[in-house]
Amino acid sequence: MESEFFEKDKLLVLKIVDEIDEFSAQKIRREADYEIKRHMPRKVIFDFDSVTFMDSAGIGLILGRYKFVNILGGKLEVANLTQSVKRIFEMSGLLKLIPITNYINN
Amino acid sequence: MIKEQFENEMKLEFTSKSSNEAFARIAVAAFVSQLDPTIEELADIKTAVSEAVTNSIIHGYENKQGIVKICGKLKDNKIILEISDSGKGIENIDVAKEPLYTTKPNLERSGMGFTIMESFMDKVEVESIVDVGTKVTMEKTIKKEDLLDEEELKITTKE
Repeated sequence: MESEFFEKDKLLVLKIVDEIDEFSAQKIRREADYEIKRHMPRKVIFDFDSVTFMDSAGIGLILGRYKFVNILGGKLEVANLTQSVKRIFEMSGLLKLIPITNYINN
Repeated sequence: MIKEQFENEMKLEFTSKSSNEAFARIAVAAFVSQLDPTIEELADIKTAVSEAVTNSIIHGYENKQGIVKICGKLKDNKIILEISDSGKGIENIDVAKEPLYTTKPNLERSGMGFTIMESFMDKVEVESIVDVGTKVTMEKTIKKEDLLDEEELKITTKE
């Protein structure tokens, strides 16, 4: 996972560069929670641009981070979803809770 | 054309480590790629395999040591997969299949595994006996788009 924090907007961008399954989700979860606690961001964006595979472990992962960021008073958004990632999120109803944002990583 | 005398089958056995999930879905994808699936069909199969294998590892064996088995068969343009474990089994399959039902919310499990398998594959059957194990059988037909195109081409050439 790559992370970038923009101090001015208190924005934390977490770019997942891995396939997401139960095994990899444990590591991503640890790294994400560490970055969130460290920066206390106002907004967190999960960038899925480099995610080549995701199963239902991705739902639990994002829902769990959503709850965590919420407790800390921040917002969570997702960006650059591939067709198959979007389909899995839609099935779970997650996108009713979490907005898709038009984040472009330079 | 001579009909093939025997069916195309494969068997895979591996220990119940979640680090093997990627191995399992990639091995199945390599096997089914003989049918020339689209990228989307391949992604559907990989996701369904990942869900079934994860279920065996974290629910069937509850992360304890065990063996997960995958039997794959190619029949015409259909893949048939059996994914089984000798774990604790499922008490009530109908309840387990319900969307968002999970026995492990503390592990951030979403309860969407069976729903995803059912919507990504054509057919999913679950057999389970408590303390004996669980077997998930899934089927998917790979659409032959190339053949359709060729036939369309022939018709156009005739005209």
